[in-house]
Amino acid sequence: MIDKTVRSMAQAMDGIKDGSTILLGGFGSVGQPDALLDGLIEQGAKDLVMVANNAGTGHVGLAKLMELGRVRRIICTFPRSQGSVVFEELYKAGKIELEIVPQGTLAERMRAAGAGIGAFYTPTAYGTQLARGKEIREINGRPQVLEFALHGDYALVEAWEADRWGNLTYNKSGRNFNAVMATAAATTIVQAHHIVPLGSIDPEAVATPGIFVDRVLHVPGTGAFA
Amino acid sequence: MTAWTRTEMAARIAADIPEGWYVNLGIGMPTLVADHVPLEREVIFHSENGVLGMGPAPSPDQADPWLINAGKQQVTLRTGGSYVHHADSFAMIRGGHLDLCVLGGFEVAENGDIANWATSENDTAPAVGGAMDLAAGAKRLWVMMEHTTKDGRSKLVKRCGYPLTAPGCVRRVYTNLAVIDVTEHGFRVIDIAPGITREELIAATAADLEFAA
Repeated sequence: MIDKTVRSMAQAMDGIKDGSTILLGGFGSVGQPDALLDGLIEQGAKDLVMVANNAGTGHVGLAKLMELGRVRRIICTFPRSQGSVVFEELYKAGKIELEIVPQGTLAERMRAAGAGIGAFYTPTAYGTQLARGKEIREINGRPQVLEFALHGDYALVEAWEADRWGNLTYNKSGRNFNAVMATAAATTIVQAHHIVPLGSIDPEAVATPGIFVDRVLHVPGTGAFA
Repeated sequence: MTAWTRTEMAARIAADIPEGWYVNLGIGMPTLVADHVPLEREVIFHSENGVLGMGPAPSPDQADPWLINAGKQQVTLRTGGSYVHHADSFAMIRGGHLDLCVLGGFEVAENGDIANWATSENDTAPAVGGAMDLAAGAKRLWVMMEHTTKDGRSKLVKRCGYPLTAPGCVRRVYTNLAVIDVTEHGFRVIDIAPGITREELIAATAADLEFAA
């Protein structure tokens, strides 16, 4: 019998090594796997490469992980959000590496990783400083930039419902990067608001099939997301 | 001189969007455009974070923390709307499926270049978000911005000084002073705010202007 549910945060975080690349779902506060981030902080892995849309806010979650000196490099699209004080200080002090990626290119690099595509050409960022040093090729009369697939060692994902096979649904705009990242990591770890019996999710409504999922931890929503 | 207010600029852009278009409104000033498109006129708004068919801000009893737009504001979903993940959302953008994107801008050049994401080559932490994807990917790009900076410099220029978001893709600029198309020959003024003279517009613009009849 397949059962991807895990009983504890320690099991969910088991085996994450120093130097890992970790894909972190969410956009703003929506769909962000806060409990798994706290679990990662507790777990202790360091020298991490974090991939996320933003660079954390305040002194919790991703910002706390960075403040503890555990993040070597961040790959993101928008690090200058309101309250990204930890990132800004570390960046100014030269204590963290930053790779800025256009949001669609970031999503597509992970989609490519999940689909076994090594690289692709896109017109996005052509003629800008984000294309510096990258191969350019004219395709259908349009100059395009070569971008490589972005694989994760782990993806941390927040889902709405999950069953024991790891089939997932999301809630509204909570799907965002989660469903893409789930496909792009060697090990995908999910925190789900609801664990439901196998067969209770309409097959037409499964947003992430369990083949992309390795571990599921039940984390009921709190605060506004209860 | 009497310039258009932001509300008037937004209303003007909204009036120029045909029913049936799929449209992304950039963060900041362009989001005002949605306020001037009534739900019964079926213009479908897209948000980068996977919302197609975005409706207006919720009333307090409708508020749902799970439903936000790319500017992280709470929104609603109109009847017929749908949710997708980020790769599909950007497939809509990058695959040329959006009829229109309206972005804010720091500078627009007469060759259609746009700069709207970083103010210098050494920006301490530049943030690009989806701007480059939208500028390069939408079928047409309009820019909504003030005509000049707070200290009076023209934001319409011969060549951008700030780092580019994308080269050669702006089709039209809506400012508080005028509506200006970007053509093969440069800027072409198609409308001027009431009370603004041609001479005042020329004086406020750091590039050549051609005037429609």
